[in-house]
Parts: sequence; C-alpha cells; structure tokens
Amino acid sequence: MAERAERTTRNGPAALAERVLLILVAVLIPVCLHVVFRTVPTEGKMGVVQRIFYFHVPSAFAGFLGVGLCALFSALYLWTRDRRLDLLAHASAEIGVLFFTIVLLTGPIWARPVWGVWWTGEVRLTSTLVLWLLYAGYLILRQSAESQDQGARFCAVLGIVGALDVPIIYYSVEWWRGLHPRVLKVSGGQGLDPAMGKALALCSVTFILFFLLLLLLRVRVGRLQDDVEALTLHAGRQARHTETA
Amino acid sequence: MTYLRAVLLVAGKDLKVELRSREQLVTLLFFALLVLVVFNFAFDFTVIDFVTLGPGVLWVAFIFSGVLAIGRSFQIEREQDRIQGILLSPIDRSAFYLGKVAATVLFMAAVETLIVPVAVVMFNFHFSGRIALAILALLLNTVGFAAVGTLFAAMTSSTRRGELLLPLLLFPAAVPVALAAVKTTTHILAGRPFAAYGHWLQMSAAYDVIFLAAAVLLFDYVLED
Repeated sequence: MAERAERTTRNGPAALAERVLLILVAVLIPVCLHVVFRTVPTEGKMGVVQRIFYFHVPSAFAGFLGVGLCALFSALYLWTRDRRLDLLAHASAEIGVLFFTIVLLTGPIWARPVWGVWWTGEVRLTSTLVLWLLYAGYLILRQSAESQDQGARFCAVLGIVGALDVPIIYYSVEWWRGLHPRVLKVSGGQGLDPAMGKALALCSVTFILFFLLLLLLRVRVGRLQDDVEALTLHAGRQARHTETA
Repeated sequence: MTYLRAVLLVAGKDLKVELRSREQLVTLLFFALLVLVVFNFAFDFTVIDFVTLGPGVLWVAFIFSGVLAIGRSFQIEREQDRIQGILLSPIDRSAFYLGKVAATVLFMAAVETLIVPVAVVMFNFHFSGRIALAILALLLNTVGFAAVGTLFAAMTSSTRRGELLLPLLLFPAAVPVALAAVKTTTHILAGRPFAAYGHWLQMSAAYDVIFLAAAVLLFDYVLED
C-alpha cells in the first residue's frame, strides 16, 4: 500500500517531467498557432490550405515516434517483465494511433483543394492507413486479452513484429504505385522557404513534446487503473472475509 | 530428437489429422472456388483482360482461404486443450511453430495448385510465361503469409475474440505479401522481363526471412500460459 500511496501523490521524477512538459506544451502550442497562421509566408501554388502541412507532418512524426517507442518498450518488457514498460508500450501505441488519425484526417482536407479529390491512392496516405489499421489491431488485441499478462505479452510481440513490418509496408506500397512514384516532396524538399522549414521544425518539436506529455499522462492513468483493480480485489476479499467471520 | 525432426513431426501430425478427417482441404477448396465465382459475377471477364485482374482475384481467394486454414490450425490445438500435450512434449516451441507453418504452407499450396487451373479455365486464360518463376513467387508469398499468420493465430486463438481477431491483425501486416504476390504474378503473366519484378521477389524473400526469424525468437513468449 505504501508504494501505491507514493505513486498517487505525484512527487517522483515522472511527475516532475509531466509538469515541465505541460508548461512547455502550454507555451509552445500558442506560439505554433501564431507562427503557422500569422508569420509563415503563404505557399505560392497551394495557398492558405498548405498551412495544414504544419500539423499534418508533425503528427506523422509523432505517430512514427509512437510506433518506434512501442517496439522499444515491448522488447524491454519481454526482457524485464516490468509492468511499467508494458504500460509505456501500450500508451505509445495508443497515442501513435491518435496522431496517425490526425494524419489521416488532415491528409484528405489538404488533398481536396490541392489535388481535387479527398482520397487518392497516394503512396504515403495509403501506407499510413495500413499502419493505422495495424496499430488499431494492436489496441483491439489488448482489449481482447484474457488477462493482463496475456495482453502484455501478445501486444509486445505484435509491437515488435509491427515495427519490423512498417518499413516493408512503406516500400511495398511505394513500389506498387510504380517503381519511381511521384512522391510529393513534403519533408524538407527543395524550394521549402527557410521560414517554412523553421515553422515545421517548431511544430515538430511541439508535437513530439505533446506526444511525450500524453504518454506520461496515459501511463499514470494506466497505473491508477491498476490500483483501482487491486483495491477492488482487496475490498472484495475483505467483504468475503467478514461474511465468513 | 533433432530440431528438424521435431518440426517434421508437428507438420506430419497436422497432415495425418487432415488425411484421416479430410475436412479442412475440402472446405478450403470450396471456399476459394466460391471466391472465384463471386468475382466471376462481379467483373465481366469477357471485357477485362485476365492479366489485369486475375492475379488480384486469385490472391484474394488464396488469402481468404489461407486465413481460414491458419485459424483452424490453432483452433484444433485449443479444442480440448490439445496444446497442453504439445507444450509438455520435449520439443522446442519454435519447432512447434515451424511445423505449424510448414503444414499451413502445404495446405495453402494444395489449394493454390487446384485453384489455379480452375481459374485458367473459368476466365479463359492462355497461360504463357515463366511458370517456374510464377511458382517461386506463389511459394515465397505463401510462406510469408503463413509465417506471420501462424504467429498471430497462436495469439488470437487464446483471446476472447478468438478467430474474429486473426484477419484484423493479419491483413494489414500481410499487405506487403499481397502486393508483392499480385504484382509479381501480373508481370510474369504479361511476359515482362525479370527486371520488372525481380525486386518484388527479393522483397517477398526478405519478408519470409525477417518474419520467420522474428517469430522463431518471439514464439516462446506467445505460448507461455
């Protein structure tokens, strides 16, 4: 019980990191909005809608961070069997799916005025959708597990296999569209105005910090859920004990 | 008992069960055939060239029947907890995995061998091109699909959602296999030079190696309970 009490009083390094991240993100998000909507020059061909780029691409970065961290924490979990690592892996996948959802929503909003269609077989959009499906499956697998231990083990395996699959999925979809596809130069290609590059960097840093903040919060929620479960079990046992007594 | 012998024993066990009951292969064949029939209605193959759509139709049939085969393969182990017997036997768990993959590949290959001629007749296709390479592509992609599928089925079969969950996990993960299979087959049927699809064959081979190795390393964690 002592350990549990310490966790909930929020004085550890995780709580400190959480507070620092919260302040950073709270400051940086308004700065990003200011930069994206007021100071960055409007893109010549696409016009105002191109500004969605500063949310679309950083979300993709955060999503990939989620996939990578999920695999890393999964491998470490299988090695050490530390419940905290499992919570981190789960949170990484969940928040990764969240950011990929943002990518998949902002993509069509951007595509509609620029390409004239909501959805095309565009390489990155298609492979991101496959990725999203894969990690949505991860979340469903965790929900379907018979026990916490089973969910943790199975999801760790899936987290590792999924991360191995990600580059292959990207290559295969790219080749499928033709060996040399006309990939939209989005990430730091030529002709990107330095001001745009800076805005992208700022937004990317903000999104990644935001990702880390959500990660810590999600892990804390996970630990609280564990505590609630343990307490419920404890209470149930005590009630039965008094009944028999 | 050597490792290879253990693998062959597990695969042999599945084949023996199938030879005695003869239920799986017949069901899988009928299912694959039905998929072809459905596509025969959905697309007018007198207008569309078989080379354009045929490989896709065939692979949808193979993948759908394959997912049934893989799911069934672990369902029979979970029934009456037969899997406990395997876990108690003195064989490596990864050998059990490889044996299961081998049996699944054999079942899928049997369905493919019987369905391809049916498709050729049904869609009036004149097969030409490099048959050996087409078979290699079929085999490489079947192994990849079975490798990932067997690993996932070992997990999903013991969850609450059971067999419902398998395609949900397997289809996105097997997208590279499906794309490689369809593209390679299309290029071969169209009689294009090896350079047009060589990289696809390499990718299928790489996929097989990566996921067989990963699954062998990870399978112990799947069958812990």
